[in-house]
Amino acid sequence: MNERGLRIGLPILLLALVVIGWDLVVRAFAIPPYVLPGPELVAATLLADAGLLWQSLLVTLTITFEGFLLAAFGGIALAIAFNQWRLVEYSLYPYAVILQVTPIVAVAPLLLIYLPQPLAVLACAWIVAFFPVLANTTLGLNSVDHNLIALFDLYKASRWQVLWNLKLPAALPQMLAGLRIAGGLSLIGAVVAEIAAGSAGAGSGLAYRIAESGYRLNIPRMFAALLLLSLAGVAIFFALSALSHLALRRWHESAIKRES
Amino acid sequence: MSPPRPTVVSLRNVGKTFKSGTVALDDFNLDVRAGEFVSLLGPSGCGKSTALRIIAGLSTESAGAVEGPEGKIGFVFQEPTLMPWADVAANVRLPLTLTHADDAQSRDAVTQALARVGLADFAAAYPRELSGGMKMRASIARALVTEPELLLMDEPFAALDEITRFKLNNDLLGVWQELRRTVVFVTHSVFESVYLSQRIVVMTPRPGRVFTEIAIPAPYPRDERFRTSADYAGFCRLVSEALARAMIAGGAA
Repeated sequence: MNERGLRIGLPILLLALVVIGWDLVVRAFAIPPYVLPGPELVAATLLADAGLLWQSLLVTLTITFEGFLLAAFGGIALAIAFNQWRLVEYSLYPYAVILQVTPIVAVAPLLLIYLPQPLAVLACAWIVAFFPVLANTTLGLNSVDHNLIALFDLYKASRWQVLWNLKLPAALPQMLAGLRIAGGLSLIGAVVAEIAAGSAGAGSGLAYRIAESGYRLNIPRMFAALLLLSLAGVAIFFALSALSHLALRRWHESAIKRES
Repeated sequence: MSPPRPTVVSLRNVGKTFKSGTVALDDFNLDVRAGEFVSLLGPSGCGKSTALRIIAGLSTESAGAVEGPEGKIGFVFQEPTLMPWADVAANVRLPLTLTHADDAQSRDAVTQALARVGLADFAAAYPRELSGGMKMRASIARALVTEPELLLMDEPFAALDEITRFKLNNDLLGVWQELRRTVVFVTHSVFESVYLSQRIVVMTPRPGRVFTEIAIPAPYPRDERFRTSADYAGFCRLVSEALARAMIAGGAA
């Protein structure tokens, strides 16, 4: 089998084995569904609750997407500000780090006290996602070829020209790497906030469904919602990888296939 | 002898000390006359690149006086220094883009510059698709696109294989004879400097000073016949000996 076939075939084979094993264990030990539902039951629940779960998925995805967009724009804008004005970087960078290293699970309940619930969830998604964009873009903006900067100096390029024609394109690979991380993280941020808000009782996203189903011992629905969440994460990752590939395929080493 | 031509660049007692305390240049004197091809020859770290960057205005002297250049400058770095995200045409066009040049004129200038270095068919290629020699050609085309009075070249061919280097040497001489711009060429290769230049400035290492100047009065056009001639070998011996003495004078071996 060729390389590509193996890359796609092997994970699928492994998945099939795990699902079969899971099914066999559930049947062999007659495990009740409120402890561990079999794959068949999870699939059936997914279909039966499709309407409800789909609604919840949309809620979570909307928050994730909004959080991601805010993180992308905020992170890139702040990185540009850091790059252009050193004093801004000195003043704000420590706080960006503090925001990043403080566990979001601990921050979410506080945010829920001070902000309306949807806004708090959005804030969580943003806080988790924006740092990798900021850090990666900053790195990219600062690693421009020195000779190219000298060349721009030689032709008396303005600050704006250096930023627009040189630094931003040069930082694009790192920026996209940051965005790829941020996509997954904004989903995590949204889920954490929904779970935290779940006890406050006003949510309807997928994570809230998981918490709610947990209280009701509706374990098959927990699994079904978890499956959807994980599929959403995978979809976000692939979408952003594709975007990155499209933007870099003509020139960046990371996106170019090597022939051996 | 041709009549004396105006001086384009004049460095008087120029010194450059870096923050680290390294003295790159000390009491460095150089006059470059319009239309001439002059090489700065010396070992690595003798300050020749520093001198070139001071002429370009990319670095400022710590002592002495620099006059000129008045007109436009083209600079070719040791690396091709192309923007990997832009195709060859956009790379060559960069100096015109930065000075907001007229669109149609820019396109003509880019086409002309690419044709001059033999890259007419590669306008839409990306740098990574080019060989080392072709990247350097693109870099030279970019330096030429503004039609500069003065072309500064910082060991542009040092990283290329010999066959490619010889080819680019010939092509560079072709361009120079056609355009008759002033060229200051930095190199650590005796053979390259003799082949290309009308005048070679031999430098001492640490600190960089002018050790001696040697004129190479061989006529142009120079080609492979010149490269294999007894004249060429003689000049090379002369310059090699001067360089050896410069190394001893500079206290390095």
